Amino acid sequence: MAAAAGGAARGRGATSFQRKAAAGSRLATVAGTRPSVRHGQLLLSSGLPSLDCVLGGGIAVGTLLLIEEDKYGFYSSLLFKYFLAEGVVCGHDLFVASAKEHPDSILKELPAPLLDEQRNELGEEATAVKSEDFQDSMKIAWRYQNLPKMEASPTTSTKFGHYYDLSKTMSPELFQPIKWHSFYLPEELSLQPTVKTRSMNSAYGRLLLSIQRIISQEGFDGSDPQKKQKNILRIGIQSLGSLLWGDDICCSDTPEDIHSLTKFLYVLRGLLRKSLSACVITIPAHLIENKAIMERVTNLSDTVVGLESFIGSERETNPLYKDYHGLVHVRRIPQLNSLICDVSDMKDLAFRLKRKLFTIEDYLLLQQSRKSLQ
Amino acid sequence: MGEDKPCSRMNPTHREALELPSRNPTADGNAGHNPDWTRSRGEANPAPPAGGAIRPRSAHARRYNTSPLLRSLKTACSLRGGSPAMFAELNELLNASPQRPETGKFTLLRDTRTDGSFLVHHFLSFYLRAGCKVCFVALLQSFSHYNIIAQKLGVSLTAAEERGQLVFLEGLKSCLDLWFGEQEEQSGKPSPLQFISKSTSDLKALFDFVQVSLTPASSDSWKGPVLLVDDLSVLLSLGATPVAVLDFIHYCRVVVCSQLKGNIVVLVHSNEDSEDEENELVVNSLCHHSDLILWVEGLATGFCKDVHGQIKITRRVSLELTGEQDVVQIYQYKIQDKNVTFFARGLSAAVL
Repeated sequence: MAAAAGGAARGRGATSFQRKAAAGSRLATVAGTRPSVRHGQLLLSSGLPSLDCVLGGGIAVGTLLLIEEDKYGFYSSLLFKYFLAEGVVCGHDLFVASAKEHPDSILKELPAPLLDEQRNELGEEATAVKSEDFQDSMKIAWRYQNLPKMEASPTTSTKFGHYYDLSKTMSPELFQPIKWHSFYLPEELSLQPTVKTRSMNSAYGRLLLSIQRIISQEGFDGSDPQKKQKNILRIGIQSLGSLLWGDDICCSDTPEDIHSLTKFLYVLRGLLRKSLSACVITIPAHLIENKAIMERVTNLSDTVVGLESFIGSERETNPLYKDYHGLVHVRRIPQLNSLICDVSDMKDLAFRLKRKLFTIEDYLLLQQSRKSLQ
Repeated sequence: MGEDKPCSRMNPTHREALELPSRNPTADGNAGHNPDWTRSRGEANPAPPAGGAIRPRSAHARRYNTSPLLRSLKTACSLRGGSPAMFAELNELLNASPQRPETGKFTLLRDTRTDGSFLVHHFLSFYLRAGCKVCFVALLQSFSHYNIIAQKLGVSLTAAEERGQLVFLEGLKSCLDLWFGEQEEQSGKPSPLQFISKSTSDLKALFDFVQVSLTPASSDSWKGPVLLVDDLSVLLSLGATPVAVLDFIHYCRVVVCSQLKGNIVVLVHSNEDSEDEENELVVNSLCHHSDLILWVEGLATGFCKDVHGQIKITRRVSLELTGEQDVVQIYQYKIQDKNVTFFARGLSAAVL
């Protein structure tokens, strides 16, 4: 029960037992998804297998993942690109919205996926790094030699997630069959100077109209029964709430309209719940001075993950964090169709960016394992 | 054993979109029944075999569990034949029973650092079992989410809606209709959530909706009406002022508790060091007016697998002006798949 291959292999005690996904095979008619063992919803990969494990298997279809940006927005934009790249590899439709850079240029910079041989190499490199202090063969407990070592980095052994190489960009051929839609705010403003949006920031209102139009036209809400091949829409919105969206919550303590962002999230939640889509939003939480807004935004989102990078902070010199580039705070996990949340075992998470690989690991666990081996 | 197949618990919109036959699993998880059979019966699913709610306890635990309240609680649960409906242990702690629901009470559910929505599911299935007419204002989640969990607790929300016992306001859906549906505005009734798009920030339309749903028609035979609100704090996020929210609750109390002799159960979020002053204002005000407060908190020392949090039950006896003080009880709880177990502090399974 605890060792289903469909669910995440939780660190200690991962066995080689593989549960046949018989019940799931009827369901996985949409590429790139798998049903969750816990609550029966379809799960998507976020593009980062270690993040999928932390989130309890992946992002559930119909939910919203909010990423609180780190100080310079560097790592959160990486996660954003991973999400979109995963959509390209799985063949999902994309909807990219941004007020800062044109979606075309965002999509040109997606990381290239790793093929299987390269992925094995990369996997070996990652494990070699982790087990560098490990002794050679066991002399007394030799029966335990071949069991998997205690995993402090969450891994999944299925083909659900993909690995990406950050040093290369995705080739345009992979991109050809993908249908994608974009929303670039300055362009929208010039195309349609006046749009009637009621009691909400006009940029958010336009974005909502655009998303709703795409969902109903392309049939993601099941309104087109003729459509045989179901597909998922991945919505990515970059830097929502920043000044470029016309909202002043990031630059003033008493903003003009504190309800725009929360109303937007509420209507978006309604749209997501009734369609086959999932959304990732990055939000510059460190700039929002009125913390009440962030609390309300957290309550209205399904999953909230905060990134804190060590660039320029005093934690950079802390020996505890010497291998890492920042911390990951999981602020909220969704509770879908069940009384219990899928809370992961790992609580103290940090991320690091090697040349090609971005991983999220439990740093305290690794520390303890290294100390115990010395 | 009957474990729900994953596909059967999917959101119906997604299930229809994927063109799968819909499944209606029974409460005890036997997914092999003909789905139409349970639906055409129109009743709550039959109680699964006895022993469903009895937690296996080690002999060690039984020897050391000396609290008389908890001992009687465990025997009462086992004698009752344990149908896993609505957290029998919580009923014992609150001294409530579906056969004789109380009248005219305002219950406040409050959560801090954790999610208290399991209490909402408890009260929903409790009042449906008790035969009361329920108006559920569900602002945060979709209908299928509540339905799936209610089925685990032994109550079917679709059946209750069909026989007129449950009036369900799905906030997400009605907000979408309001926001994107320009045609319906003129034709149908005004949307209960119209304060989101209009400039008036009073919740009169929502109150009218509640009043209309709970006023008993002549043909109704239900026991007292019940108003259940899942998440009053969302109303503040959507643009209602705290005064408007408090007015709404006040009007509902007058109609539901005093005139119709019913009950109200409301869930709010709060936090000690919260910066959301409007929310704290609403929560504090509601605390002063409630008859029963269930305050669910995450443990201050952090996350624990065996104890998900602590619940503080405050019975506001002081409101009856007999000179007595409020009765406060504190327990810890652990949420399982179909049940929540309560135990005294320090007596969790991890410790014993």
